[in-house]
Amino acid sequence: MTYITKPKLHHPGLATNKLGFTHRDYEGRISTLCAGCGHDSISAAVIQACFELDIEPHRVAKLSGIGCSSKTPDYFLGQSHGFNAVHGRMPSVLTGANLANRELIYLGVSGDGDSASIGFGQFVHCLRRGVNMVYICENNGVYGLTKGQFSATADKGSKAKSGAINADSPIDLVSLAIMLGATFVARGFSGDRKQLVPLIKAAITHQGSAVLDIISPCVTFNNHAGSTKSFDFVRAHNEAVNRLDYVPAEKEITVDYKEGSTEIVRQHDGSVLKLAKLRSDYDPSSRVAALAHLQDRQEAGEIATGLLFLDPKPEDLHGHLNTIDAPLNRLGQDELCPGADALEAVNAEYR
Amino acid sequence: MQPISATNDFVVKFANVNGSGSASANELFARAVLRMGVPVASRNIFPSNIQGLPTWYEVRVSGEGWLGRRGGVDLMVAMNPQTWDKDVASIDPGGYLLYDSTKPLPAAKLRKDVTLLPVPLTEMCNRAYSDPRQRQLFKNITYIGALAFLLGIEATAVQWLIAEQFEGKEKLIAPNLQAFNLGYDYAREHLKNACLLKLARTDKVGNRIFIGGNEAAALGCVWGGAAVCAWYPITPSTSVAEYFTKHCERYRVDPVSKKNRYAVVQAEDEIAAIGMVLGANWNGARAFTATSGPGISLMQEFFGFAYYAEVPAVVFDVQRGGPSTGMPTRTQQSDLLLAAYAGHGDTKHVLLFPEDPREAFEFAAAAFDLAERLQTPVFVMSDLDIAMNDWLCKPFVWEKDRKLDRGKVMTAEDLEAGKTFGRYLDVDGDAIPYRTLPGTHPTLGAYFTRGSSHDGQARYTEEGTLYVAGMQRLLKKFETAKSLVPQPVERSAKEKAKHGVIYYGSTSGAMNEALDTLERQGFRLDALRVRAFPFPENVIDFINAHESVFLVEQNRDAQLQKLLVNECAIDPARFISILHYDGTPITARFITGTIADRLKLAKAKEAAE
Repeated sequence: MTYITKPKLHHPGLATNKLGFTHRDYEGRISTLCAGCGHDSISAAVIQACFELDIEPHRVAKLSGIGCSSKTPDYFLGQSHGFNAVHGRMPSVLTGANLANRELIYLGVSGDGDSASIGFGQFVHCLRRGVNMVYICENNGVYGLTKGQFSATADKGSKAKSGAINADSPIDLVSLAIMLGATFVARGFSGDRKQLVPLIKAAITHQGSAVLDIISPCVTFNNHAGSTKSFDFVRAHNEAVNRLDYVPAEKEITVDYKEGSTEIVRQHDGSVLKLAKLRSDYDPSSRVAALAHLQDRQEAGEIATGLLFLDPKPEDLHGHLNTIDAPLNRLGQDELCPGADALEAVNAEYR
Repeated sequence: MQPISATNDFVVKFANVNGSGSASANELFARAVLRMGVPVASRNIFPSNIQGLPTWYEVRVSGEGWLGRRGGVDLMVAMNPQTWDKDVASIDPGGYLLYDSTKPLPAAKLRKDVTLLPVPLTEMCNRAYSDPRQRQLFKNITYIGALAFLLGIEATAVQWLIAEQFEGKEKLIAPNLQAFNLGYDYAREHLKNACLLKLARTDKVGNRIFIGGNEAAALGCVWGGAAVCAWYPITPSTSVAEYFTKHCERYRVDPVSKKNRYAVVQAEDEIAAIGMVLGANWNGARAFTATSGPGISLMQEFFGFAYYAEVPAVVFDVQRGGPSTGMPTRTQQSDLLLAAYAGHGDTKHVLLFPEDPREAFEFAAAAFDLAERLQTPVFVMSDLDIAMNDWLCKPFVWEKDRKLDRGKVMTAEDLEAGKTFGRYLDVDGDAIPYRTLPGTHPTLGAYFTRGSSHDGQARYTEEGTLYVAGMQRLLKKFETAKSLVPQPVERSAKEKAKHGVIYYGSTSGAMNEALDTLERQGFRLDALRVRAFPFPENVIDFINAHESVFLVEQNRDAQLQKLLVNECAIDPARFISILHYDGTPITARFITGTIADRLKLAKAKEAAE
């Protein structure tokens, strides 16, 4: 980490997006995480994705729980409102925030302790409800802030820095997310920005529950031999099922692609996801096929990454609840309070 | 033994088996009395069970208008063999016993000092109906028919009510009327002049309404502008969310798009429920949850968060018997300390104590204004007695020009105009800062909400002086709350009184009657009904103005007294606790008896000295 404040000045030649913003406008405060932490790479990918999508930073609400990963929303999108909730409870706070204003982009950031242990119930239920959000789990298999205990996503047989061997079965967040009804499920690796940025962009534009499980090695407590969440291990066992290219709605698809190896998926907002198939047998449109493949790769000791499941026509919680199109937090008194005469009528009914 | 003779002043208690269909028949009885212009106070005493366990319904008939429980029973309708012995034993000497006399009962099962009102209900219904379910169900309406004749309820009042109740299901009107007449005619033929308890038409009900506290609270949420409700089912709070949904379906559906101007989410647990409430309030929509003691226990961490990060929230704690699972279907006022100091670390919360459904409505709506004004959780401390019984109360009021107070929220225009924004700065001197809502402005007013220590700009800090300054401001904000919460209601004795009595919440009904009785017995008492925490200064003045103060509560540990001692630095010796916590609502007789005994003792002591 560093304690030097970033200067506000930047190079005049820095690239700007459609809104006239540079990368710097999407940055936050200086990270206080360890140097080389995978989480900082993810923050950088979020910044890049938002910059490239021309998102107004204040239209994003970033929410998190407790842990190293949950600190990161302070380190990107400094012009966005942030909410650092209690441990494991980000999903409920995000759900409530989303109910109040359906027009913002909700970015939930969590970790494996936050999502797979203390907040496992909330992780599960917010996906069942189909909350329109991007749920990023920065997954390192370890409790960093409390110095190196196993988390619930640590693989069985994985070795801790202290030498302890994990005897418990791991929780696979992506398989669960697919089973629970998430409509966009992907796994990335913090060390592969090229794969990660398009995944984040696609997740943001997806109008449903988008889950991104990002393996993000802990350089301090889980980057040693014997760990299955170290940089070396993940690089060696990463099996990308596809390569994603995100094309915004207004752009025409001009790049040629080889018949059969690239799949084109049009999202609800008109944007296009181009999936270069790296595994010919992988079908991201089928929950059953996706789950089978994940099980298969897991058995083989590999980590499947890429866009694992996508329902391009998702439903969301507001649809289920049939809420009005305008945000609930913008309703005026007349739209909320039935008033004095209506209350008199109520009184009459209880006499 | 002289049979009890009374007009418009007696207690009828129904002893039934849960799930036997008695509830609607018994309620019909209470409503019929109301239709005659005679006030009633009805209480459901029911088990945590769907079918089979004992349940009671008590109707206090009071021409004087006393709305608490009196205590004692003048007429028992004993329909439950499981509880027969206890039910019969609980009748006041000279009282009456109405029972199913189909099978003869040994004399030992009956009492000589009560008047027997035998009605062969099973036999009559078996003869009249062939369907087994109907045979069982209509027994209830049949005993209501008998009671109507015995007490002099106008048959037309009941007949109208039956017709109203089954509007839309007209097929059911005729068999119900038949059952009613069956009982009515039987009593007329066989029990003429057997009962000296009588009802006489009067006009004491006036324009009052008859409604339960949970429905009233839900209406208060609709009128108070709540847009989001997140909840988890728990007795006795469940129907708050259900009634909120019902009334929103009526008042909050956009007439053009047919879409909802509200959202109700049944959460996976109470922790998620309060999380959603905080998320929605943080984002500018009024949101609430309704729960009971166990839910409040689970929500503790979030309450501390909301206190410290200053996020508004409205919480209905419909109190039931604790600790632990306790008595889920019985009433208590035993969550005061839990709610007042909810959360770890130094925390305090605003509590409101409604006395009846009318105040449940009023305080529900007020709670949203207070929560947004003060930017903190506000607890409406209802209880099962208020929540799940229908109470006769003054009609709800909503002033035509009443405006929702949305508190200190800076808009994009404010920020553009150059107003200084610092999320936790006290600019106005009332210790209440300004907030902004997410998405307000592209470059101004964003901040990070966190439960970790923060400075005036909401930045993380571990600097001790900044932390202390923040905690001190929160204390000062709590001082500000004192003048905003509902103020206590004082009722002075006719002559100067040495003793005072403090009470709150659902104790009110019984207390009003007890105060009247004590006054007639020559005991002078000034009374103060506390309606909120933090306590306004005049609560302390009241205590200091009296030699000693009775504190009437429905819990074991004198929780309000502890709060007073704790927060107002009052010598505990000044208080005399009057505690009732067996799970049934407190009675006027209990209060009168215990206070009179204490005062007699004090007088005797004085005389001896």
